[in-house]
Amino acid sequence: MHELSIVMSIVDLATKEAAKHHATAIEEIELDIGCLTGIEMDSFEFAWKQGIKRTILENATKKVNRIEGKAKCSDCNTHFDMLQLYDSCPNCNSHLAVIISGKELKLKSLVLPD
Amino acid sequence: MCATCGCGPTSPHEHDHGHSHGDNQKTGKTIVDVEQDILQENNLLAARNRGFFEGRNILAINLVSSPGSGKTSLLERTLTDLKGELSFAVIEGDQQTANDADRIHATGTKVTQINTGKGCHLDAHMVLHAVQGMKLQADSILFIENVGNLVCPAMFDLGEQERAVVISVTEGDDKPLKYPDMFHSSTLCIINKIDLLPYVNFNIEKCKEYARKVNPSLEIIELSCTSGEGMQQWYDWLKSKVLTPA
Repeated sequence: MHELSIVMSIVDLATKEAAKHHATAIEEIELDIGCLTGIEMDSFEFAWKQGIKRTILENATKKVNRIEGKAKCSDCNTHFDMLQLYDSCPNCNSHLAVIISGKELKLKSLVLPD
Repeated sequence: MCATCGCGPTSPHEHDHGHSHGDNQKTGKTIVDVEQDILQENNLLAARNRGFFEGRNILAINLVSSPGSGKTSLLERTLTDLKGELSFAVIEGDQQTANDADRIHATGTKVTQINTGKGCHLDAHMVLHAVQGMKLQADSILFIENVGNLVCPAMFDLGEQERAVVISVTEGDDKPLKYPDMFHSSTLCIINKIDLLPYVNFNIEKCKEYARKVNPSLEIIELSCTSGEGMQQWYDWLKSKVLTPA
């Protein structure tokens, strides 16, 4: 359940950012969570419900952008969709690939009330 | 509450409309573009640990595996065999008990136990505090034995130079495919308990193939800390990573 640690990191980061604007609540939060990160979304949702209780995010609407896994083959330069970390290049079958997207784990933005 | 349509936690529905932030500005709400890595706090502390280790020429190795793969046994044997050749210190991570620290202590090596309580992994902050109390020697090796868990520790950089994932032949040979994140983030894979190969249904070549599918640059060492087979290769690997002081 490292998802709970991730949620608590989000709460900490959001609390700090909101404090800079003297906000006492957060209305919306937007996150980027790549499909190739080790985040299991069901666990994340469960941890979220527990983790935001009595925090500045308690009533916030959460928007999660799932960033698809994309990679570039280091052998033949083919760009391909990577669903799993062990996916090989569809063109030359090589496993040597550079991940271009899908590893994001980012707090993108917050909407604070008046 | 959603600033566009007023939906809140009490009225869940699909969010197919975009949240145009320009509109929100008219209502006086503040949009903050944060654009920060969620793990940045951990990553900053990990960078701090890494700098400390580099400055003292300490080789920090994060040992990760499922429970029972033989991390502690591997350490016990290594610390005993290489005593006098290299200097070592160990940080032990477990949810409860100081049992592993006691085992390491018995080899005469400096050791600190971290109990994570309910926590499923070590993080850079825990390692920072453990290191503060250790008075680590320069030109040494620090083993950080993570909590036995093949999932959660993968996401948390501790500031280590090398991450070694240990798998034993009493586990499934498809573990690298089942738990790809850990194998993807590791630099070395140790296949332990090879003395048991005749008795178990474990295809070592398949295991290596799966591990390299996930991480083509992964180094792999097969060994048994019971029989001693393969241990020399592991010791050679360790010595090759230690930068001898000029």
